[in-house]
This record gives sequence, structure tokens and C-alpha cells, in this order.
Amino acid sequence: MTPAIEIKDLHKHFGKNEVLRGIDCTVEAGQVVCVIGPSGSGKSTLLRCVNLLEQPTRGKVLVEGIEVTDPDVDIDAVRRRIGMVFQQFNLFPHMTALQNVMVAQRRVLKRGRAEAEKVARENLERVGVGDKANSFPAQLSGGQQQRVAIARALAMNPDLMLFDEPTSALDPELVGDVLAVMRKLAEEGMTMLVVTHEMGFAREVADRVVFMDGGVVVEDGPPAQVIGEPRHERTRAFLRRVLHPEG
Amino acid sequence: MTDQSLAAEPGKARLSPRKKQRISRAIQYVVLVAVLVGVVLYADWPSLAQNFAKPDVAEKALPELFTIALKNTLIYTTGGFVFAFLLGLLLALMRLSTVRPYRWISGLYIEIFRGLPALLIFLLITFLPLALPGFAVPGGTYGQGILGLGLVGAAYQAEVFRAGLQAVPKGQTEAARSLGMSAARAQITVVIPQAIRIVIPPTTNQFVALLKDSSLVLFLGISGEYVELAKFGNDLASQYANATPIMVAGVTYLLVTVPLGHLAARLEKRKVRAR
Ligand SMILES: Nc1ncnc2c1ncn2[C@@H]1O[C@H](COP(=O)(O)OP(=O)(O)O)[C@@H](O)[C@H]1O
Ligand SMILES: [Mg+2]
Repeated sequence: MTPAIEIKDLHKHFGKNEVLRGIDCTVEAGQVVCVIGPSGSGKSTLLRCVNLLEQPTRGKVLVEGIEVTDPDVDIDAVRRRIGMVFQQFNLFPHMTALQNVMVAQRRVLKRGRAEAEKVARENLERVGVGDKANSFPAQLSGGQQQRVAIARALAMNPDLMLFDEPTSALDPELVGDVLAVMRKLAEEGMTMLVVTHEMGFAREVADRVVFMDGGVVVEDGPPAQVIGEPRHERTRAFLRRVLHPEG
Repeated sequence: MTDQSLAAEPGKARLSPRKKQRISRAIQYVVLVAVLVGVVLYADWPSLAQNFAKPDVAEKALPELFTIALKNTLIYTTGGFVFAFLLGLLLALMRLSTVRPYRWISGLYIEIFRGLPALLIFLLITFLPLALPGFAVPGGTYGQGILGLGLVGAAYQAEVFRAGLQAVPKGQTEAARSLGMSAARAQITVVIPQAIRIVIPPTTNQFVALLKDSSLVLFLGISGEYVELAKFGNDLASQYANATPIMVAGVTYLLVTVPLGHLAARLEKRKVRAR
């Protein structure tokens, strides 16, 4: 079967700053892959290269066999199949939760109002914020906002989802709600590429964990290995810092 | 811990800063009252009233003050404002475009029209028919006035829009694009509606500025049914050799500009609170 995401020798430079220096990574359909690594190691950039929010400098990115880096590809059509969830939620503040989830269905998928609203309500329900349909983002907690953002992506029926530190901007007591939604999605068979610092989530949900540092993949394997018995000293040092921030 | 540095040692420092401030303020009040009394006593009130506030001359301004002059001021201003709004939005989008020539053209336009006196633009417009025989600005006198105000206003409004568009976080565009919206769709559905909210207060101020600049249409050589407040006041003042009509026109401007200015300030405050 064609992998959901195939990244081959991906390089990304910002001016002289070589942020990604030859990344190879494959995500099979239905897999959950967690990307961990220190801040500034290029995790967000890697994710943003998959749906071309960043233009790779060199290398290839294939989504379901389609080379997104090919200039002839209709990137808007590819992006429709890729849901993205951001650290800062990025809900549209001038729209209610319901409108947030409806707008791209209407404008991009050209669904009728009734259908778009039905799909929107189903997805808000699915992430546990069905009662917040008429609230504006400013009236919602961070956890609720992030779940609306997940519903907004899901309403497009994506084949795969990208999560960029979806719980890093949340108060600790709200992290669990969002992780629970992501866990449920994983159980339903959604293909997910998740940048996260939640080691518990990565250990339990991920099929594979990728440890990145300095723009390269240092270690890539099942969570029990990468988190449980890391082979590289850089991975061990990072995990010590994340798991025992005090020590 | 008590704040010893602020508690002046009793008996030593006889004038605390607060006492000093109170005395200084009392002195200022005395001076101010003295000046006022001086003005009231020495001004030639009857002559002033005769020249600047003569009731029977003021009466001559009615009803044309409202039915012609104010109406025309509002027509020139509103027309120019709509023109400036649309062209300004276009210029701002060009200024922020990834297409370099768009940025150049827009930048050049903004530099030129902000750098020139508005009066010069109006003078140029009056010479258009001479320079381009057979050419006429559509809409006649109204069209010329609206064109002049619109061309100048667009340069300022473009900068207002540019600031507003740039104030919308980049993540908004990214979220819209990641949902499959095209660049244009993301602008129209996500960025511009938020930018418009941000620019409402400064845009209100731009309207006030245009309202004042609409007095410049008198340099188009307008007359009769096309006169606006400034020209109207000036004509009547010449006719009666009396400044009262100019004062009347001034008060009429203030009737519109002052409430709008307050409205802009209120909107600005509400915007800050909403963050
Ligand atoms: N748009 C950009 N322009 C310039 N430099 C950037 C940009 N985005 C990211 N970078 C740089 O790339 C490096 C990696 O960033 P990022 O991918 O966000 O890392 P991570 O998500 O692992 O913390 C950082 O040094 C950052 O400053
Ligand atoms: Mg990041």
C-alpha cells in the first residue's frame, strides 16, 4: 500500500540557517507517529513542509503517493486531505465555533448550508464541545478552542492529520481533554503525525516515535525502544530533561 | 516594612511634593483667571459680535447652509471616502502582495499622493481638460471633487489597511490555507473581515480628515448648486463684507467632525478592551 506520508532527504534552509538537514521518514496509512525533540530542532518546520506551509529547499514529500513538492500539483487539493492542528489553535476569532467548522466546508468543499451545519455539529459533538456551537473562540477555554480546531479539521474528512504541539499552549488541567480526543481518533484508525512533548501519550498511542535533534532524525522506532531504551546519548539526555525537568 | 523614604521627617521638609504641587496649581489658576478677565475687559465685544456673529447675516445663510452647502460637503466627502476606501484596500493588498511589481506600483502611489499637498491634486484636476482635450471626469463637478478627495484619501487609507492587514496574525492565513482555501479565499474570508474591524477607528479619523479636505474643492472653481460649506461661507462673507458666514460654516463642520472624533476614540477604547 502507498504510505500516507513519505519524506525523502528533506532539506529546509531559512537563509543560512539549515533547519532540516536530510530528513527521511515514512508514515503508513493508519499509523500514529510522534515526533519528539528539543525546541528549535525543526519539528514544526518538518510538519509544515508536509502541507507546504513551508516550501522545502530540497528533497521530496509525497502524500498518498502524490509529490506535493511538484509545482504542477494543486496544493489546495492536497491540503484538503490533510488536517492540521496548531499549537496556538488559530481559530477564526470573528466566527462562532459552528461557523469555524462550517466555513471551509462551504467555501472549499462547496457543501450546502444544511449539510455543512450537520457535519459541523456532528464533529463538535465528537470532540465534546457540542454545547459550545454558538460561542466565539474568546469565550472558550484553551482546551475547548483546541477541540473546536480539531473538529474544524475533521469536518473536511481528511485522510491524515498533522498536530503541532497541540497541548503545549494549554493549562495543565486542560491537556487531558485534548489528548483524550486524539487518542479516540487514533483508535478510529486516523493517520496522525504528532509533534508532542507528552511522553505518556507517545508511549501509549504511537506506533512509532521519531526523535529529532539539530535538523536530523536521530532515532526512529517503536515507543518502547525510543522512549524506553534509547540507543543514542542525545535521546537519553533529551528524555532526562523532559521526564525529570527538576533534576 | 514601612516606607521610610516617602514619609518625610516631620518638621524638616516643610513643603512635601504634594503641597508644592498644590501651590503651583493655585498660581496657575490665578494667572488663567487674570488673563480671562483681561480679555473680557479689553476686547471690543460689540465690534467682534458685529463682524463675527451678526445674527441677521447668519440668518441669510439659511436654509442653503444645510440644503446646499452641508449636503454638498457630505456628497464630496462620502463619495471621496468610498473611492478612497476601495482604492486604498486594493493598494494595501498590492503593497503586501508577493508580486514585486505590485508592491512597487502601490508603494510609488502611496509615496506620491501622501507627499503632495492635496491642493495640488485639485489644481491638476482642473487642468485635466486642458491637458487632455476631449477628456472629462465623469460626474462633472461632483466627479472632479470626489476624484480629487479619493485619490488623496486612498494613499492614507492604504496605509491604514496595510497596518490592519498586518495586525491579523499569520496563523490565521495558515489555518485557512491548511483547510484548502486558496490565497485569495483566505484573504476574503478570514483576513480582511478581521482587518476591517481593526481599522474602523483610524478609518473614522480618515473620514474626518476627508471632510475637512473637501473644502479644497473650492479650487475647482465651483459655484451655484455645487458649493460646499467653505466656499458657501466665503461667498456670503464677501457679499456682506462680514465674517459671520465663515463662523457659521465652521460651526457646521464641528457639528459633524467633533461627534465623529469622539466616536472614533470610543471605538478605539472598545477595541483595546476587547483584547
Ligand atoms: N519562517 C521562519 N523564518 C526563519 N527561521 C525560521 C522560520 N521558522 C522557523 N525558523 C527557525 O527554524 C528553527 C527550527 O524551528 P522549528 O521548526 O519551529 O523548531 P521546533 O518546532 O522543533 O521547536 C528555529 O531556529 C527557528 O528560528
Ligand atoms: Mg515547534
